[in-house]
Amino acid sequence: MSMNLRIPSFLQSAAPACLLALASSLAQAQLAIEITGAGANRMPVAVASFEGESALPRAVTDVVRADLERSGIFKMVELGPSPMGADAPVDFGRVRSRGADAVAVGTVSPSGGRYQVQVRLHDAAKQVSLGSQAMVMSPNQYRTTGHRISDFIYEKLTGEPGVFSTRIAYVLKSGARYELQIADADGSNAQTALASREPIISPAWSPDGTRLAYVSFEAKKPVVYVHSLSTGQRNVAANFKGSNSAPAWSPDGRRLAVVLTKDGQSQLYSVNSDGSGVLRLASSSGIDTEPAWSTDGMIYFTSDRGGSPQIYRVPAGGGDAQRVTFEGSYNVSPRPSPDGKSLVYVSRNGGRFQVTMLDLASRQTQTLTDSSKDESPSFAPNGRMVLYATEVGGRGVLAAVSSDGRVKQRLSVQSGDVREPAWGPQPRN
Amino acid sequence: MKYARFTLSLIAAGLLAACSSAPTTEGQGAAVEDRSGATGSGVDANRVVAVNADAKYGVANHPELTDPKNILSKRSVLFDYNSFVIKNEYRALVESHAKFLVAHPKMKMLIQGNTDERGSREYNLALGQKRADAVKKALSLLGVSEAQLESVSLGEEKPSCGDASEACWSANRRGDMLYSGEF
Repeated sequence: MSMNLRIPSFLQSAAPACLLALASSLAQAQLAIEITGAGANRMPVAVASFEGESALPRAVTDVVRADLERSGIFKMVELGPSPMGADAPVDFGRVRSRGADAVAVGTVSPSGGRYQVQVRLHDAAKQVSLGSQAMVMSPNQYRTTGHRISDFIYEKLTGEPGVFSTRIAYVLKSGARYELQIADADGSNAQTALASREPIISPAWSPDGTRLAYVSFEAKKPVVYVHSLSTGQRNVAANFKGSNSAPAWSPDGRRLAVVLTKDGQSQLYSVNSDGSGVLRLASSSGIDTEPAWSTDGMIYFTSDRGGSPQIYRVPAGGGDAQRVTFEGSYNVSPRPSPDGKSLVYVSRNGGRFQVTMLDLASRQTQTLTDSSKDESPSFAPNGRMVLYATEVGGRGVLAAVSSDGRVKQRLSVQSGDVREPAWGPQPRN
Repeated sequence: MKYARFTLSLIAAGLLAACSSAPTTEGQGAAVEDRSGATGSGVDANRVVAVNADAKYGVANHPELTDPKNILSKRSVLFDYNSFVIKNEYRALVESHAKFLVAHPKMKMLIQGNTDERGSREYNLALGQKRADAVKKALSLLGVSEAQLESVSLGEEKPSCGDASEACWSANRRGDMLYSGEF
């Protein structure tokens, strides 16, 4: 099978976006990834150097190998420096002798001012091609192209979409400065969308990845904004009397669930992303907050209506709220998985705040981390990893854990606290 | 254990160079501008509620509000752990502020609730709101007009004290009263 892949439009719009202003803050803000746990049975995979890739500023295959290694489910096998072209015969004996079950080969060839990249993946045991992919890139798109190739290999070998081309949002606090940043899922290309001397919390990606909703305290009170990443323009989505917080997008990207106190305690409402059309979503005599929309039309949220903070859900179209968590006295920050089958949230266990996974059908729970100050979990768009904030050595860091708790990564910056992460959606082609 | 460091790419550097830091439109400026609250351009235009009252009714015209010898210069009400009840020791303070607001109906007050750092930021925001609401309700019961009062929460985001200790946490379980000109 061969398919042509266009470079996604979000890249083409990256330059005019001009989201970043200060080179100095960028270098300091660079996220470094450390892998702190890997899967039990990692699949041995080789990525040969691609024929012709030395013409690029950096090797595409370096990006691919780093991506696959970081995923925690592949073990990279070295094949040495000699390139292997996409259509050249593969020496399977040599590949097998190194222990690889699969091998990716490729060719980079100039085409106008750009390059054509052809990749082919082989099953080394069966000695058959698992598929190929072709894409066109400009020379400085080696990183994005590498992520696309990683997604191709990941999907061919696991049957699920990869998330190497996705982006994450988070808040970097250094001294008294807060920056809402966007970076690639591997921590590279960090860009500042908003810098402020007042706190920024609760960034939420629109389903199409073009906008972020968040809460900023620049007006001495929490106000919800919607910020377009391509233009840098933003609008107020909720600034009613009292506090405005906890934005969550509807799956169609038209509405935002928000928490308002205009009528008393913190309660759930929805608004259009331009702030119009406010509607009440649920009512209680206690606190209702942290709404999260599931793809099957439910809104999960935190409420202390029963005495302690627990997770509830209510149909987005209205109806009775149903309690979801029962174990323990503090369960907060719910996020339903993309397939709607499980729920991740933060649970307090004997004074430790930990990311917990609940299988909604079996009611089984699993604590995914061994840290104690976990906050703000969010699923990768393929549901395989959960990104969250925690603390290491008194500093805020980001961490990711696979939904089975085995693969663990940590993302931190040289100085400053990183917090409030949100994993973005798959880029639209 | 593997350790991989991803250095700043040339792409990003090139992008940076291509981007002028001078805002060309109000909206683009918003992407990169420092926001301090005092200079929130582009924000004020869209605000639904204006919290800033007319300057001539501000704190600057009322030295008693900042005179350390006057009880009105005290603006914080501290709360017990997991409590949203104003303690007796703050009764005189709240009554003094109520009396001032009743006597000066054009003065407005922003009450900011705060919590300690433990737990979810958004849930703490809701808990801080309960503290601000408790102060607001006490002032209302003492005759202050609703129109003069706005209660909001800063949650755990603006601690007055940064250590992970009980002494510090209790200082952060707080309601602060700000007058026109201070917010």
